[in-house]
Amino acid sequence: MNIGRLGRLVAGVTTIGLILAACTPAGSGSKGTVNIAINPWVGYEANAAVVAYLLENELGYTVVKKDLKEDVSWQGFETGEVDVIIENWGHPDLEKIYIDEKKVAEVAGTTGNVGIIGWYVPKWMVDENPDIVDSANLNKYADLFKTSESGDLGQFLGSDPSYVQYDEALMTNLGLNFKVVFSGSETASVEAMKQADAQKTPLLLYFWDPHWIHAVADYVQVNLPAYTDGCDADLEKVACAYPEYALNKVISTKFAKEGGDAATLVKNFTWTNADQNLVSDYITNQGMTADAAAAKWVADNEAVWKAWIP
Amino acid sequence: MSAAAATGRLLPSLPRSAWIVLLSAVTAILWIAFAGQYTLPHDNDAATFETINDIREWIDANRNSNIILVVFVTGIRTLITAIFNVFLAVLQGLTWPGLITITAALGLVIGGLRLAALTGLGVLAFGVLGLWNASVDTLALTFTAVLLSLAIGIPLGIVAGRNDRFLAAIQPILDTMQIMPTFAYLAPFALFFLIGPATAAIVTMIYSVPPAIRITALGIRSVAPATVEAATSMGSTARQLLAKVQLPMARQTIVLGINQTIMMALSMVVITALVDAPGLGKDIIRSFQKNDVGQAFDAGLAIVIMAIILDRLTSRASERVDPARRATRPTPPGQTRRFAIVGLVASIVAVAIGTFVLGGGDFPDEIRFTFRGPVNDVTGWVTFNFYFLTEAIKNGVSYGLLNPLQTILTSAPWWLVVATIGGIAFLLSGLRPAVIAIVCLLVTIRIELWQHSMETLTMVLVATGLTLVIGGAFGVLSARSDRFAAFLRPLLDGAQTLPAFVYLVPAVALFGPTRFTGIVAAIIYAIPPVIRLVEIGIRTVPVAVIEAATAAGSTPRQLLWKVQLPMARPALLVAANQGIILVLAMVVVGGLVGAQALGYDVVAGFARRDFFGEGLAAGIAIVLLGIMLDRITQGAGTRQSTAEARPAVARRGA
Repeated sequence: MNIGRLGRLVAGVTTIGLILAACTPAGSGSKGTVNIAINPWVGYEANAAVVAYLLENELGYTVVKKDLKEDVSWQGFETGEVDVIIENWGHPDLEKIYIDEKKVAEVAGTTGNVGIIGWYVPKWMVDENPDIVDSANLNKYADLFKTSESGDLGQFLGSDPSYVQYDEALMTNLGLNFKVVFSGSETASVEAMKQADAQKTPLLLYFWDPHWIHAVADYVQVNLPAYTDGCDADLEKVACAYPEYALNKVISTKFAKEGGDAATLVKNFTWTNADQNLVSDYITNQGMTADAAAAKWVADNEAVWKAWIP
Repeated sequence: MSAAAATGRLLPSLPRSAWIVLLSAVTAILWIAFAGQYTLPHDNDAATFETINDIREWIDANRNSNIILVVFVTGIRTLITAIFNVFLAVLQGLTWPGLITITAALGLVIGGLRLAALTGLGVLAFGVLGLWNASVDTLALTFTAVLLSLAIGIPLGIVAGRNDRFLAAIQPILDTMQIMPTFAYLAPFALFFLIGPATAAIVTMIYSVPPAIRITALGIRSVAPATVEAATSMGSTARQLLAKVQLPMARQTIVLGINQTIMMALSMVVITALVDAPGLGKDIIRSFQKNDVGQAFDAGLAIVIMAIILDRLTSRASERVDPARRATRPTPPGQTRRFAIVGLVASIVAVAIGTFVLGGGDFPDEIRFTFRGPVNDVTGWVTFNFYFLTEAIKNGVSYGLLNPLQTILTSAPWWLVVATIGGIAFLLSGLRPAVIAIVCLLVTIRIELWQHSMETLTMVLVATGLTLVIGGAFGVLSARSDRFAAFLRPLLDGAQTLPAFVYLVPAVALFGPTRFTGIVAAIIYAIPPVIRLVEIGIRTVPVAVIEAATAAGSTPRQLLWKVQLPMARPALLVAANQGIILVLAMVVVGGLVGAQALGYDVVAGFARRDFFGEGLAAGIAIVLLGIMLDRITQGAGTRQSTAEARPAVARRGA
């Protein structure tokens, strides 16, 4: 048999496939499609999972989840690729561009979660050196944190570049002998945390709460000079702790206007850090898919989510 | 060797080693005299980065009003998205029983019962792993990229096959396209074409077009000149010559080109998930984000299986159209026809069952198998118990090699580094590569990324050195023991095909978020072709030579060092060239696990608006480093066709 006949055979099979494909009944009548950006951390995924589950199963919408970094998600409001960011950590620069200037997005209320960003050390280090929890004493311990990456200074492990962070400025402005080494991703930071806890190796790093790691390894926050209003206005001169973030939701202006019940559900969605950590734990440590985790939480917490349904 | 000859002509008659000693001595003296001066420390707010940021703002602001952006960018995006959607609709419409049966039927017709079993079970495995929909998405995306690559690549390849000047003109462009690490151009393309399958297909094409062009050109060129002359003398027009002689005779090579194009495209799947391309890549990235090696392994395995299926189908198809092979291994008369009918009927029945009985539903949840648990258990155990050892290795390499070399490169005056690298390039490869190397380095200075480029260069050099030493040792062992080679082969195939994101998590657990973790990933990625090339180099030393040496009383050790390795030199140089380019590609991915420097700049530029300019510039700097290293090592050895030697994916029987 030559390639011609082979080609004809392939073409024939494909044609039949196409015809049959055309006969397949189209999807059932959905009330519309909601595009939710999925930012790369598990807590976010937990929020998105529950909202998506309710949109699909209670309200009959089709949900498209898009795995995107924060900046790209905001960009999506403008292009129409993204309707909802379901957990937003501040980002005044992006709010200025997309909410104030371009007017393509708007805030849709808080999620009820309180976000804490800070410097963390393993608990065993605090047990050995109780005064390490004050950033003023960190220089005394800088040698402990020295690694192959930090030269003569102590190592401070930075995180995924897309997160809100200004640790390099803090080191300079607080006069700390530490070099910020960026882990590059949440994954790398989490692996470092697991090892520092298990192997008892020193570690000082940028991390946050809510996060499922706090259920797996004991970490304690280091106290930086207290946050006061506006102390982080100039990122070159900042010398204070990160603020607590009342995490909020951001939706596209178009979706706010035309989203109907779906937009109302997103606006109404609010829950606690404990709720989110529970769903995150289902996803990360119990091996459930996001959808299965949401289904389980929804089945167990009807009283909470009933209030969100329009 | 041409490089040596060229060098010899340009230099006074001193042996090359003397020149190397002289160069080292002068460099050392100048370094001692000037260390710490004329350095170019890194500045995150460099003017170049700001300029690029401004360009980005302009594009964002004018995306919907500027006529050129609207017509070209939006037009191309819409077209490609449409093609992707058609492929997706067809593959989904075939339903899962249909797709499994059709793939098996294709295997049956092309390669017989064994291939049918392999392909059918392979596709079934996508469903059993719980990854059916993602696999179909990936297939659709791969087909889109391949279709576009062939639509562009085959015509260009035909032109290149018939026109020497055109071929010479596009060769360096194709080289560059294959050297560029995808990570570096993901962000700029997402800027123009936004996120989604269209950008993913375009980015993939950049990588998969070169083999389509190169191999088509090769096919056209390998038609015997006598045949072409005969056709011309009988009055064939140029068009007739192409359609009736050159294309039919190049058919087998062109099918091989399709095979390579598919393999290249498939190797890009994971990385394009970063611009929201659908498919298995997303599962892998998501598992990576959850530190779930087991889940990433399942998805990685699905990609490996897909690569094997597509590779076997296309390489068998290419054998079938080879007249010589057909003559030596004829299929029994009538068998193909019987297989074709059986396959066709089975396919129709399967699609009908899928559509009407199962209603086009999803792959049943009840049939599941996952490696997640055991893989996670093993990873957890290894990362906990081997940490003491890996920590020591990491520190040894970091303090012993990385830190000193990095200090030298970043504290030396920039002109000394440029001159020394230029000198090395000249001695190893000749004048042209030396000029190219110097130009590349000067451009990195112009775009204000000198320090980070030197840091990345440090990592590349150390990683390549380790790859060559370890790969060389394994290559020698493989060449000496068939059993060892047979044991190693599946591991090498796996290391080449398995996406890096699968082994990055255990690597970062063992070695911490450090430069060394990036180096480990780079070694895993780059070592298979090095081992293979070394093995082939040693195995192809003529038996007569070995016998002569043995007869003259050589011990096995002497035989290796005095006979086999020197004679395998060209293969070893190709291995160095291949290794260095692959290492560079992976050192960038290392930015995700603490490798800093250019890799981190690219990652940051991808994630944050204010770092966009720096990230894009870092991408350019990586390309420049790649061109420089490629030219230097390429000149030092005879070079195999990149398309053949560059391993996108396991090449069977290689």
